[in-house]
Amino acid sequence: MTAVHDDTNVGGAGAAKPIAEGETPFRRFLNDYAESKVAVGGAVGVAIVLLIALFGPWISPTDPYDLASVTFMDNRLHPGGTMGSGVTAMLGTDGLGRDMVSAMIYGLRISLGVGIGSGIIALLIGVSFGLCAAYFGGKVDTVIMRVVDIQLSFPAILIALVLLATLGKGIDKIIVALVLVQWAYYARTVRGSALVERRREYIEAATCLGLSKPRVIFGHMLPNCLPPLIVVATMQVAHAILLEATLSFLGLGLPVTEPSLGLLIANGFEYMMSGEYWISVYPGLALLFTIVTINVVGDRLRDVLNPRLQK
Amino acid sequence: MTVFVIRRLLQAALVMIIMSLLVFGGVFLVGDPVEMLVADDADQAERQAIIKSMGLDLPFYMQYLRFIGNALQGDMGNSFVFQEPAMELILERMPATFELAIAALLIAVVIGIPLGIYAGLKADSWMSKTIMTASILGFSVPTFWVGIMMILFFAVILGWLPSTGRGDTVELFGIPVSFLTLDGLQHLILPAVNLALFKLSMVIRLARAGTREVVHQDYIKFARAKGLSTGRIIGVHLFKNIMIPVVTVLGLEFGGLIAFSVVTETVFAWPGMGKLLIDSIGFLDRPVIVAYLLFVVGLFVFINLVVDVLYSVLDPRVRLQEVKS
Amino acid sequence: MKALRRLGLAAVAVSAMTTNVLAADIVIGIRSEPSSMDPYFHNLTPNNSMIGHVFERLVEFDSNQAIFGGAAESWKPVNDTTWEFKLREGIKFHDGSDLTVDDVIFSFERADNYEGGNSSFRTYTKGKKLVKVDDLTLHIVTEEPYPLMANDLTTVMIMSSEAKGTDSSGKNKGISAKDFNDGTATIGSGPYKFVEWKKGEEIVLEKYDGYTGKVAQPWDKVTFKFIKSEPARVAALLAGDVDAIDNVPTVDIERLKKDPRVTLSSGISNRVIYLHLDQFRDVSPFVTDKAGNPLTSNPLKDARVRKALSMMINREAIVERVMEGVAIPAGQLLPKGFFGVSPNLKPDPYDPAAAKKLLAEAGYPDGFALTAHGPNDRYINDAKILEAIGQLFTSNGIPTKVETMTKNVFFKRASSGADGQPEFSLVLVGWGSGTGEASSPLKSLLATHDKEKGMGASNRGRHSNPKMDALLNQALATVDDAKREKLLAEATDVGIGEDMGIIPLHYQVNTWATKKGIKYIPRTDERTTAFDFVPE
Repeated sequence: MTAVHDDTNVGGAGAAKPIAEGETPFRRFLNDYAESKVAVGGAVGVAIVLLIALFGPWISPTDPYDLASVTFMDNRLHPGGTMGSGVTAMLGTDGLGRDMVSAMIYGLRISLGVGIGSGIIALLIGVSFGLCAAYFGGKVDTVIMRVVDIQLSFPAILIALVLLATLGKGIDKIIVALVLVQWAYYARTVRGSALVERRREYIEAATCLGLSKPRVIFGHMLPNCLPPLIVVATMQVAHAILLEATLSFLGLGLPVTEPSLGLLIANGFEYMMSGEYWISVYPGLALLFTIVTINVVGDRLRDVLNPRLQK
Repeated sequence: MTVFVIRRLLQAALVMIIMSLLVFGGVFLVGDPVEMLVADDADQAERQAIIKSMGLDLPFYMQYLRFIGNALQGDMGNSFVFQEPAMELILERMPATFELAIAALLIAVVIGIPLGIYAGLKADSWMSKTIMTASILGFSVPTFWVGIMMILFFAVILGWLPSTGRGDTVELFGIPVSFLTLDGLQHLILPAVNLALFKLSMVIRLARAGTREVVHQDYIKFARAKGLSTGRIIGVHLFKNIMIPVVTVLGLEFGGLIAFSVVTETVFAWPGMGKLLIDSIGFLDRPVIVAYLLFVVGLFVFINLVVDVLYSVLDPRVRLQEVKS
Repeated sequence: MKALRRLGLAAVAVSAMTTNVLAADIVIGIRSEPSSMDPYFHNLTPNNSMIGHVFERLVEFDSNQAIFGGAAESWKPVNDTTWEFKLREGIKFHDGSDLTVDDVIFSFERADNYEGGNSSFRTYTKGKKLVKVDDLTLHIVTEEPYPLMANDLTTVMIMSSEAKGTDSSGKNKGISAKDFNDGTATIGSGPYKFVEWKKGEEIVLEKYDGYTGKVAQPWDKVTFKFIKSEPARVAALLAGDVDAIDNVPTVDIERLKKDPRVTLSSGISNRVIYLHLDQFRDVSPFVTDKAGNPLTSNPLKDARVRKALSMMINREAIVERVMEGVAIPAGQLLPKGFFGVSPNLKPDPYDPAAAKKLLAEAGYPDGFALTAHGPNDRYINDAKILEAIGQLFTSNGIPTKVETMTKNVFFKRASSGADGQPEFSLVLVGWGSGTGEASSPLKSLLATHDKEKGMGASNRGRHSNPKMDALLNQALATVDDAKREKLLAEATDVGIGEDMGIIPLHYQVNTWATKKGIKYIPRTDERTTAFDFVPE
């Protein structure tokens, strides 16, 4: 059985058909996409988030993890307060005297790094297995898809909890856990569309021409499976970031010395009652903004890339 | 059908063995439960005695075989922390978690389906667009953060609802439930809404997608042509047809709610299985972690099985076999 | 009072906080749930304080860990190795039966032979022979003179020898931990009766009318609710769900002070927060030169280096900024007023210049780099304290990395890493003196690590000084209180004053918050007990 776990999995079960034959010009795609103003806003938001993360160390007012410059004498400053070094803490400081703006920029880098990093690895693994399953069929397909089905019948958080309970904390460990949680989605998606592709004439033609298997799989099948993959990948990155934040909140994700946005929220939880709302509210808003914009983009991509839903 | 069920059960057994082995071996690579439990001023001999009494002095494979042996007789071992049967601890807390999950599911359905149908019927109205955008928000918000904000707002600032715990319970068929007392109900509201948020978005989307598919089908057009009232068309014909996918998915998602209640229970100190799991991970209480996993895996297999069988009964076109998507 | 609250009636919620002291019921939100109601199952503060409501001990601690008679009315040494205890007359268990010496002996037997618990009371029962003289007179005989007899007896609770269990294997006298958890065997003679325990949720106790001891009984019904999360506990108090909470987070104290609905009660504890430094390895794994290369020697072995590090710590600032003023800078193992405290030791002042000079003298004029380790969920603000120390070391020429981890990972590595030895070079930990005097930390933290003798069990830096060991051993065999106290103080002078065997940071101060009209008499042993909540 294939449980639909959340409707972010388009593409499974043959739901996603490739874009109409011949090519859809990129421009048309852009025009379609831009029809929704919300979606344009989402794309701009994602761009901003990515730029901040990319140029973080250069735009961050301070280095929040440099023990030589951070001092606990600055702790719990209100937004707009001035730190001992003369820098203004726009969004206040946390319990250790770190500037919240800087901590959030560095936290965003870790959140995105974990989300995108694990997404790429999971994509590579999932796509390889999915394509193999579709191309070879038979036993290979049965075994791979059985594993995928079993895994997808359990919620991601449960699997991640188990893994982290046994792996311990650390960036590397949470990436391993997130990869293991995500790969099955990619495998199922790519297999679904590859099965459709496999029956098409151009694959038959390529096979008849005597092209090598890997070449047929990766050179010809894969590019045609891309649209649903892009949609799933977008949604999965958002999902991974959210999952990492949740696990970190539960005390199972990252070590406190490498705080992601999720861990910043968790740390700020402690100050919830004492009036220092900024320590957890702002990282929460930043996390929310990041995930909403990614999901808005993903949602639109699905509509645009998936003609079936456009009636 | 029998073959199908047997194959499913074998599959479940395999998953359970793999999971138990993983957890069994992994937990102790992380830390040492004895260090966690022992009194500060216990001497080394005392520590050794505790290690021995927990059976941790044996080599790993012996510990595991002993566990399997006992598990086959229905004994999942004693919790390290409480020295009570791990399974009993879990069953003791199961009603709280189930109550929370059911309440969340109800909230999601009662609010989600009307919104979803509306969004499907009037796809281009601004209301529908708002609903759909809000539903993106619904599965984007970090549950735990929203929980914190809910406590801050409703419990602390407004003082309307209690912040933690389960409240008064009464027994219903021998099971303690809290929704039948006013105090219990007040305690239930915030966590249930918190847990429901994510599923709510999903229900909205499912109902909308279902509505949009059905609306264009002939029997709806025919009903319209016959002059049936819109209310009747929506209430009877449309509703019946979108409910099948919704119910199926929700059946499967119930397990997800149970797993995800770990987060909500932690935020609201709801005394359910999820909180027990997190506490047990904190204490490296291996027997409880393993028992929880096997229990939940079993539960999932059971739910999936029931949903599949029901589905085949409801819809004769579906044959029970391993569906190859 | 709960039924009064209705949705939307915020005003009612507020007034509910201020009324209702008439009904003598109290709901207390506590951080830690006990692991059992079996009195000998787990020697741990949450258990001892909860079960202590239901059972009496021969001798009890008051809020300052001074001893007074519990089930025993009086005690005295009859010769060098024998103590005589007289029980109070007319003590009845909750089931109406009499408490006699037989019950005491039964209890000690069960405690001493306890199988399968999480950490036993054997430390306090071993080497003691109990002899019945008559129903109310008990002799306890030891091989050596044993001065700490009364202190030891503040630990073991007395259960009824007639309690019936369900363990057919006969283990632990046939009474399992479960029999205590469900109330079957939870029959003591203490001021409160056990009603029920909803795991993960609450324990309910009820006043015992037949109680004849000295402990007050201000409440008819006591409900302990377990609220682990710090802000949630505070929220529960402010929302009126509970009448009192323990372990008030330091970050909330300032706000709660201003809240007219709340009373705060703070008291110093017997717990010192300190640093252990690796003094047994010639090359310490987490001490390097500033480029990160291993050193050829271990600077932490040099007492001058340890002293210098101590002088780089601005204890006043940490107390003020990190602990929000609720802690007391420490210069030794226990705060002033405890038995065996040295009058000579003061907290080291913050003096970076003097510290640099000492470092130069010790041959490290350019300093070195180190990594400090600590737990992040064990002591009040533990991770933050260590971060602050890291900042101070770094800005004074010792570049320091700080790594904190959950306690379940930390303590294993800190006590016995891969090779069975403590893994880290410098760790932050804490120690509460269970006996309420200085021999407990001296024995466990500073005495030479010796598995056989049970000395230095938690000596994670492996400090060792024969001179201190000798003074301590002498003290442990001295019955005369004045002499013993002096010896303990001298041992502390050597271990801390001369050697800086550990670097004390501060004594923890614990805070309880109650709604107006009630206050808490703070306990140094960090217990939260219903009878110490009294009308304001």
